[in-house]
Amino acid sequence: MSFSAPSMENGFSSPRNESFPAGLRVLVVDDDPTWLKILEKMLKKCSYEVTTCGLAREALKLLRERKDGYDIVISDVNMPDMDGFKLLEHVGLEMDLPVLMMSVDGETSRVMKGVQHGACDYLLKPIRMKELRNIWQHVFRKKIHEIRDIESHDSYDGIQISRNGSELSDDGHMFCGEDLAYVKKRKDFENKHDDIGDHSSTKKHRVVWSVDLHQKFVKAVNQIGFDSKYEVGPKKILDLMNVPWLTRENVASHLQKYRLYLSRLQKENDLKASLGGIKLSDLPSKDPAGSFGLQSSINGNQNDVPNGRYQFSGDNFFAQDVDSKNHEGDLKRVVSETKRTLTADLPDPQDMRTQMSFDHSFGSLDSEVNFAAIPAPYSWSKAPENQFKEEHKPLLQLEDGFSQLPPSGIHNHIQIDDPLQSASSITSGLSMTGREICGPEKIKPLYPQYSSNHMSILSPKESAFDSFPVQSKSQMVKHQSFEPISTAISSMKPQGFNLSCITDFESCQRNLISATDSTFEPFNEDLTVCWLEGDCHSMNFGLPNVEFTDYIDPGFIAEFPIYLCDTLTSDTECPFDPPEYSIVDQGLFLS
Amino acid sequence: MERNHLPRHLVLQRQSLFDQGLLDEQFIQLEELQDDANPNFVEEVVTSYYQNTSTLIVIIEQALGTSPLDFNKLDGYMYQLKGSSSSFGAKKVKADCTLFREYCKAGNVEGCMRTFQQLKKEYASLKRKLEAYFQLARQARVTGTASRPK
Repeated sequence: MSFSAPSMENGFSSPRNESFPAGLRVLVVDDDPTWLKILEKMLKKCSYEVTTCGLAREALKLLRERKDGYDIVISDVNMPDMDGFKLLEHVGLEMDLPVLMMSVDGETSRVMKGVQHGACDYLLKPIRMKELRNIWQHVFRKKIHEIRDIESHDSYDGIQISRNGSELSDDGHMFCGEDLAYVKKRKDFENKHDDIGDHSSTKKHRVVWSVDLHQKFVKAVNQIGFDSKYEVGPKKILDLMNVPWLTRENVASHLQKYRLYLSRLQKENDLKASLGGIKLSDLPSKDPAGSFGLQSSINGNQNDVPNGRYQFSGDNFFAQDVDSKNHEGDLKRVVSETKRTLTADLPDPQDMRTQMSFDHSFGSLDSEVNFAAIPAPYSWSKAPENQFKEEHKPLLQLEDGFSQLPPSGIHNHIQIDDPLQSASSITSGLSMTGREICGPEKIKPLYPQYSSNHMSILSPKESAFDSFPVQSKSQMVKHQSFEPISTAISSMKPQGFNLSCITDFESCQRNLISATDSTFEPFNEDLTVCWLEGDCHSMNFGLPNVEFTDYIDPGFIAEFPIYLCDTLTSDTECPFDPPEYSIVDQGLFLS
Repeated sequence: MERNHLPRHLVLQRQSLFDQGLLDEQFIQLEELQDDANPNFVEEVVTSYYQNTSTLIVIIEQALGTSPLDFNKLDGYMYQLKGSSSSFGAKKVKADCTLFREYCKAGNVEGCMRTFQQLKKEYASLKRKLEAYFQLARQARVTGTASRPK
């Protein structure tokens, strides 16, 4: 693999500026070495700088190592270690780069899937030179949009995080020449300081959503959901994030991706759930990268989590499809999704990421994404980047409705046979537990996994089973953010979640709640055990102590299908069978 | 080496590969990528292809030996082979892959078996023909450079 030569690193008058699209830095990902060879040659002929990669993971690693080291990514749909679409999502979320998909299969459904996942284009193999010659337009388009965003937004010139001649500047300035003329007035174009984020100045450079930034984002989202129960909009998020150089557009587009991501995770969870009792160990840690920041560590850890079934799908946050997230609609969706995700099995590693589901504010979700801001109470401590904000609030979100979380919600086995299949999402949420909660490096704080929240929720102290189903649902809905309670379950590494309510859900709850300040004590594996095993009853979600009351909109509860109850009862571990799903769904209701 | 400088017999040989439907446009694309830096680019690609897919062929064959057939898996293998074959324009091999996948979708064991045999033959035959072609081309390049205008 050749790394792009730093012609652009020269900062000012870098040749790239003048000769765009020459020097475009392309990362090609394909497991077929023959194609890699050909594409490399073709791209070089276009005067692009090419880096090739045979594995999706490797590609993500490269991208993360050199944020802004690439302008565009071209990836095959079929990769052995990770689904190409997943990679696509990751890249979109974390790096906000244009991604082109390639495949020998041109079926409309596949193409559509690609587009849905955010692909800028879908190329059919065999790929011709002329197609590659034009890929720069995707990069250009993005830049233009960014600039326009800035322009219309009146972004702050803000603090320019100048990168001094970093590649960013080069990149950013690539074509801006004329287009940015108007931007110039904002900042002097010559600055070439390309800020890390988008600065209104000059050309708006693509914002690189670092882990920290994303964390802030997630935190803000949770907070909003938490407080207002609705109205999670880019503007508010932006305000909360308090990052001067960030613009509303940046946030808006990031938000959209996030939702997509969660939604996908949710789906995966659902899928997993439907698989029934996915054992943690089965979780393939295929996606180490953990979407959205949850690094793969989570996945890896999954295996350790004995019971880590509870997958709180952090994804729940995005659970809703990106489009339209109307809360109401989403809620329903979430509910259903939650159900599915209830399969507390650890959904595939990706799900782990999703565990960061946020609890959506149960309030009237309006069009804005209502991130049930159940702040992830725990701070994934380890998570390198404080992945989960320790807001333990999520638990709070549960409000009364949730108090009924099915006791054994956290069972990792949440084998929800029925609709709660969504357990998968739960699992995902849970899966986060083990590793995620521990905040291992992998988990990006993306979404404060509600797992902690859920935990508390789940660990109903009382066995309020009856209300359980419903509540769990609501919980799910609201919480969306299942935090990887499971994490607590399994690898409770001393991270964040201090689900050490080991055999006491209450303590768990406490922990969860207290987790808010990221003082999660490491979840004890015992915790999970208790969750799973039969201490479920304590898990009833009736988190009485959880101050969810504020957040939980009783209305939501109603939405939860009762089926949750069903599944719950089926859980053998716990008498209550807490609706695992609830956990999961929580994250989903992104609105 | 520019095509128009190829000795006549080579030109004819090359053309016949196209006429027989063994190669398609993609091959030409690769030829156009050849330059001084990579004068044997197409040959390298084809060599890489045969190296990387030989195992796949064996795997598919083994999979076809099991019973019952796992059509999903077979389809997956063929998808890979098809993708690879498309890289340099192996038209017939690619068509056989597509046909095989159709049979997989239909769950037609007999069809799969038959098509695979056909594919194997095409795969091997193409290899021979291309090897011969490339060898001649290399020779022609060596002998022809002196007389070719630069």
